[in-house]
Amino acid sequence: MLGIYKQEAYERHLRFQRDADPTWGRKITALPGCEGILTCMQCGTCSAACPLSVYMDYTPRRIIATVREGFREDVLRSQTIWLCASCYACRVRCPREINITDVMYALKREAIRNRMYPPHFPIPILARAFFDMVKRRGRSTEFWLVLRMALRSNPLILLGMAKTGWHLWRTGRLSLGYEKIRGVGELQKALASPREEV
Amino acid sequence: MANSTSGQEKKSYLYFPGCTMQATGIAYGESVRTLFRLLGLQVEELEDWNCCGATSYMSIDERAAFVLSARNLSLARQAGPRDLVVPCTACFLMLRKTQEYVRQYPSIRQEVEGALKQAGIPPMGPVRVRHPLDVLYSDVGVEQIRAKATRRWHGGRLACYYGCQALRPYAEADQAYNPMRMDELLQAVGVTTVDFPLKTKCCGGSLTGTIHPVGVRLNYIILKEVARRGAQAVATMCSLCQFNLDAYQSEMREEAHEVFDVPILYFTQILGWALGGDFRSLGLHRGIAGRNLIGQWFTTPKEVEAYV
Repeated sequence: MLGIYKQEAYERHLRFQRDADPTWGRKITALPGCEGILTCMQCGTCSAACPLSVYMDYTPRRIIATVREGFREDVLRSQTIWLCASCYACRVRCPREINITDVMYALKREAIRNRMYPPHFPIPILARAFFDMVKRRGRSTEFWLVLRMALRSNPLILLGMAKTGWHLWRTGRLSLGYEKIRGVGELQKALASPREEV
Repeated sequence: MANSTSGQEKKSYLYFPGCTMQATGIAYGESVRTLFRLLGLQVEELEDWNCCGATSYMSIDERAAFVLSARNLSLARQAGPRDLVVPCTACFLMLRKTQEYVRQYPSIRQEVEGALKQAGIPPMGPVRVRHPLDVLYSDVGVEQIRAKATRRWHGGRLACYYGCQALRPYAEADQAYNPMRMDELLQAVGVTTVDFPLKTKCCGGSLTGTIHPVGVRLNYIILKEVARRGAQAVATMCSLCQFNLDAYQSEMREEAHEVFDVPILYFTQILGWALGGDFRSLGLHRGIAGRNLIGQWFTTPKEVEAYV
């Protein structure tokens, strides 16, 4: 029976107890906003409400279960955490009021901190560019952000974006301004203040 | 109506534009300001505001994201006891979320307050953060909009698209499941709105830029439903929803071999026009798709005669 299926197809789904890291699972469930993971009853309402679950490898319901069991590698290497657009559809539908969107944010932070994403993957690059720009200037400019993201991920996508850019330019919606707020000094100081936990 | 700030004739608001109101969402900012002016409401921009961090800061450093919004909330408190009007949904949510998390988690409160103190920023206070939809519906009211309208809508039927983060998770701009406030406001100025079951379905946000095929597909689904419901245009209340639905229609034409030429408007543009605002001050010249329809709908009969 097993012989007719490809080995890899099973490898993705079969896990042993020793592959799990329950400490990691507990660490995530202790984060602010993620407490609800422990109360999940696996009803799947989140996956049904999610407009992006059809494009995901693990549905939100499976992510919750996999986090709880502590399968760190599977969770952080999944596409799901990047496909989450933070629309909170799952959150308002969840009968246990679990803050699934914030769980996804916590997992994105884990993955970015541990560099667990494919090389040249645009989402962490965009997030990082955004982070740096706002830290330096206090404000963001979409044009420079998108340009930086494209140059560091795949410059070829600029060709596809040129038309959109032209439309925006034509209608006066493409700002090239590079604003800086007056209170940038105090903002940087506040962002750099010592933190308690990591 | 509700005049919480005593001693003032006109109700006055603080205004938080956010970064997109200077770029892709410029028409939203223009139309909100014009509409508030036509309604006799005073709007003062929050001095030296900073970016809200949107979804990117949350993906990198949660505490930094809260600190960004905390500075804005501190500025708003210093500027006086006025409600802070925030048209951009990402900014709206980040400000509200910061307030909620600071209230709910003592550890976050301590960190955020410590960071502000370290930088010499005064502490944040209880500022009421509000979406323009809520202000127009609750403070101004449907009846007043109806009474003040000077032009009757002679355009097509609209689908009202509310998007995600203004309604979820806090359900303050309107209720989360079946929002109707935008429908009611637009109906007051003579617009026919269609039943639109995808009114709160996500447009994908920044996915159109990062995981492009998926982002475009989400917008395709929304536009398909708009057409199926017999609407000729969409009314939105978020600059990112407007941009996504507007800017990628030509691309869908190439990929899906389907012709979309649907004007994507802000609800404030339609209300502003009904109240007598002029075409350019409402940013109506900034649409990409459906420019012909926009030109036809937003002209008064007198102006049409003048052209002929």
